[in-house]
Amino acid sequence: MKKIIAMMMALAMTASLAACGGNGGEESQTPASNDPATSQSVAGTETPTELSGTVLCVGSTSMENVMKTLAEQFGNDNEGVTVNVEGGGSGAGVEAALNGTADIGLASRALDADEEAQGLVGTILALDGIAVIVHPDNPVADLTVEQIAQIYTGEITNWSEVGGNDGEIALIGRESGSGTRDGFESITDTEGACQYDEELTSTGSVIESVRNNPNAIGYASLSNVEGDDTIKALTVGGVACSEATVLDGTYEIQRPFVLVTKEGTELSAQAQAFFDWITSTAANDLIAGAGAVPVAE
Amino acid sequence: MADMSSMPEQEKKAEGKPSAMTRFKNRFGLHSARDVVEFIVHTLFFLCGFVAVACVLFISAYLVISGLPAILEIGVTDFLLGEVWDGRNGEYGILPFILTSLAGTAGAILIGVPIGVLTAMFLAKVANNKVAAVIRSAVSLLAGIPSVVYGLVGMMVLVPAIRELFGLASGSSLLAAIVVLSIMILPSIINVAETSLRAVPKEYEEASLALGATHIETIFRVSLPAARSGVATAIVLGIGRAIGEAMAIIMVSGNVANMPTSLFTSVRFLTTAIASEMNYATVGSLWRDALFSIGLVLFLFIMLINVILNVFIKNKKED
Repeated sequence: MKKIIAMMMALAMTASLAACGGNGGEESQTPASNDPATSQSVAGTETPTELSGTVLCVGSTSMENVMKTLAEQFGNDNEGVTVNVEGGGSGAGVEAALNGTADIGLASRALDADEEAQGLVGTILALDGIAVIVHPDNPVADLTVEQIAQIYTGEITNWSEVGGNDGEIALIGRESGSGTRDGFESITDTEGACQYDEELTSTGSVIESVRNNPNAIGYASLSNVEGDDTIKALTVGGVACSEATVLDGTYEIQRPFVLVTKEGTELSAQAQAFFDWITSTAANDLIAGAGAVPVAE
Repeated sequence: MADMSSMPEQEKKAEGKPSAMTRFKNRFGLHSARDVVEFIVHTLFFLCGFVAVACVLFISAYLVISGLPAILEIGVTDFLLGEVWDGRNGEYGILPFILTSLAGTAGAILIGVPIGVLTAMFLAKVANNKVAAVIRSAVSLLAGIPSVVYGLVGMMVLVPAIRELFGLASGSSLLAAIVVLSIMILPSIINVAETSLRAVPKEYEEASLALGATHIETIFRVSLPAARSGVATAIVLGIGRAIGEAMAIIMVSGNVANMPTSLFTSVRFLTTAIASEMNYATVGSLWRDALFSIGLVLFLFIMLINVILNVFIKNKKED
């Protein structure tokens, strides 16, 4: 009898899981098909000629999440096309676009003058805003980028030094290799110099740790922090972290996600279609869903 | 029994018609359907046994092949004794991880073994049946809790408690990991130690009691020494469990590649070093290979522990 009940429960659980999966799939599909821009652009890429082949994107590991989401959707919409996304870092992305070893290079920073002089073109796909978060009871509400850098490098170790209560600051960050950490450290210019107390392996654990520790400071992607009242996002230099301030450039802890192509080198039909689609408004929902702020209007 | 009577008949049939099947059967000494079934099942058992052996051989070979080149490239001493790990920027010293794993395991054993062995003594020799049943089911429940749940509870309860208690900035530390590990190894220690204590011959204890020793004196002076190899096995099992754990401690140890200079340092273990960076290290890079090399070092540690365990078990049998 017990066995039968156990089996029924297992079955019920499997069924409900399957149902969840089904719903999830539908949800991600519906907004795309309701949006007139999407259906138009998807139709635009499909109708003239059936696309086929592969598209290779190489570069910034921070962009992998966004690009893989986009690649997957594009692959679903265009059955003959496979979009591969490989990491390696922004430098590798620029290099790959330059040598033509990849169709599209990925860089999570703006191209410098040298690179532009070599004929590379950067197209901003999205912006990545990183929120600096503290416990909601922490009286500190605003820090400058410089103060944040000093805190993370261990020059400032007590909250009282930046106008808070007396208490040793606990530095919470992500593990080496994380795109958020890489972004945060490169923007605050603290690469390799951060004296972390905790290196956690997910955004969720960072938020959880900050929520539980009144002396903690941490960082997380904007999209993970928005609307969460159990932690407090600091204003940086007086500017609150929001999509609007990231878009208008006033929020400082942000960086662009750049698609790198080479001037004069024509993209293959499928790569051009992919490029056009991800830089159109049709991809905005997916980009936002993957944690970045889309820029297409 | 019913089958036995039908056996000669079948044999006669087989002799009457010498077919290819019969020749095959005779060749392998198979004279009846029962023997054929036996043969098939034997083969099946052998194959199942072989799966385990093949897996061990494959994993060992794979770890050596993928882990050794990076060690040689980095240099054995630089790798094992280097104090700085920064995989992304080409620093591959794993001494902090090795020392942390040793310190964490030693700490867990220091806390877990006394509690575990005393619990086992209580269960085997002191507690009445009702109390023992309650404790025993609690212990098996403890063994069944997934390690990620230990980690979660540690993160939500233990880490803040350590922070408050010792006035630290962050409670994620070696101490938190040791506490979690010592609880996690309790079930294996208690079970093995209890079994070996129960196996102590009654005569030993009766003799001790007859000579005027008290019950407690008998347990400590007679039962425990008599069960020592079993208790040692329990301890080694505990060490094995503690050194191989990753999920629970990655959530409470802080996971920063520091030397374990104090109980309150945020540290990273051999296991958690692999777990936290494997997602990022690019395929084919020295960074990724070095992570495999950490796996190889961990594997060697666990092999060593298994060898020690086997020595204890062998001694126990000889006793």
